[in-house]
Amino acid sequence: MQFVQQLINGVTIGSFYALVALGYTMVYGVLKMINFAHGDLFMWGAYLGLTLFTLLGATALAGSAWMVVPAAIAVLLVVALAGLLVERVAYRPLRHAGRLAPILSALGVAFLLQSLARNIYGASWRTYPSGIALSGGVTLAPGLRVSAMQILALAAAALLMAALSLFVQRTRVGTAMRAVSIDPVAARLMGIDVDRIISVVFLIGPGLGGVAGLIVALYYGSFDFTLGWTFGLKAFIAAILGGIGNIPGAMLGGMLLGVVETLASGYISPQWKDVIAYAALIGILIARPTGLLGERLAAKV
Amino acid sequence: MSPDPRQAAAERPLLEVQGLVTTYGHVEALKGIDLAVEEGEIVALIGANGAGKSTTLRAISGIAPASAGRILFAGEELRGLPAHRIVAAGVSHAPEGRRIFGTLTVAENLRMGAYSLGSDRGAIAENRERVYRLFPRLAERRDQLGGTLSGGEQQMLCIGRALMARPRLLLLDEPSLGLAPLLVKTIFDTIREIHARGVTVLLVEQNARAALRLARRAYVLETGRIALSGPAAELLADERVRRVYLGAG
Repeated sequence: MQFVQQLINGVTIGSFYALVALGYTMVYGVLKMINFAHGDLFMWGAYLGLTLFTLLGATALAGSAWMVVPAAIAVLLVVALAGLLVERVAYRPLRHAGRLAPILSALGVAFLLQSLARNIYGASWRTYPSGIALSGGVTLAPGLRVSAMQILALAAAALLMAALSLFVQRTRVGTAMRAVSIDPVAARLMGIDVDRIISVVFLIGPGLGGVAGLIVALYYGSFDFTLGWTFGLKAFIAAILGGIGNIPGAMLGGMLLGVVETLASGYISPQWKDVIAYAALIGILIARPTGLLGERLAAKV
Repeated sequence: MSPDPRQAAAERPLLEVQGLVTTYGHVEALKGIDLAVEEGEIVALIGANGAGKSTTLRAISGIAPASAGRILFAGEELRGLPAHRIVAAGVSHAPEGRRIFGTLTVAENLRMGAYSLGSDRGAIAENRERVYRLFPRLAERRDQLGGTLSGGEQQMLCIGRALMARPRLLLLDEPSLGLAPLLVKTIFDTIREIHARGVTVLLVEQNARAALRLARRAYVLETGRIALSGPAAELLADERVRRVYLGAG
């Protein structure tokens, strides 16, 4: 039973990694660039949640878990627009400036977002007001318990990932996103406005990341301004693990990292979980340098 | 009363390229190209490797930089427009090397070809049926990934995809490259058929003989300049063309 319990916990954390990893991988897909600011956009999702819960605390919803719904929608929209703005201001002008300049610009945005959060919200750990995080849970079997918070987080992550998959697989713009990541020149010859597709990616990736920030803060209860580096970096690793540029790969990589980490933490020791998780990562990359589902990385770069 | 602008446009060629210059770094790939394609023509561009044939097509469709000159299509200046606007204006380009989206299905590749039509389902379905009639093989393989097709099928998909936008002018870059002789004949027959249905064609080919037999007029490119031009039949008979480009004695 303990194993199943660990597995459920691992999948929960893995789904957070996956949500954030999607933003890294989608941007890499269309621009062949790592958006290092993505982790901090994710972190801002957590802080915006804090502000929104404070504001909503003055309404009829005060102290109720239902505050999460309007907060999540608002965070999705605001962080999506922030992502769009980051691309316009910091990346688009450097699109043809070589490979190094956009990376530095992205790191600049990352530090800017981080310092901004620290200056506005302070450097200490913050917690959401009580009553928002669902309490209680379901005991599935003796020694196997799923908390209500876990169910909510998993359901939200699953819903968002299903919606994204449908969008990418079934819609005109989603298909164009895949076309741009395969061959941007051919995509332009099809009449696809590549800049517009890039904008869509910078709305969706950070939007999902922002909601993930809110969910992660709810799940763990507290966070600080380094959340983007610590948690965001792991999500980046998950994206590489799954094969960067590959959307199902980001989901798989996130889940795998979450499960390996949780199992290592539960069966060996929490202090050793990162050692084991990263050793596993290096092992997988040696065996498959392009990640689990990646094919084109070596050829493209 | 002012003259009907459409009538004025009808007297001019569908595509008029004047003094087109393209520079890559410090290298002038095109040094001032002048050419014209009348509505309803097939025009061939022939020449050696590196003469600038593909660059000319790429500059017309907006994926190579055109630093000087004019590219008039149906009276509209295309130079400086982003590539997607050029497709929307009625110019489709089946590029060299086919550039199929390998991990998209055949149907999805065709759907991308019709991207400029937006979500006009009726027009897209109509164009798709037309392409499937032209290339029944593509209909059979509609759910297969583009990358799993044979070279000939990929060329069909490349041309079919370009036709999905219902272009007035089709730019074809090396459609016969790397294909077996029997397939080359099929592809050239298909180009003839596409033309018969009212599409104007500007064709780049290394297979000069086949291109000159298909085209009405042709231009011979040499190191970024037009060296010769005229009716294809005359160029086929031209001593110099025969010696240099047709491998005849």
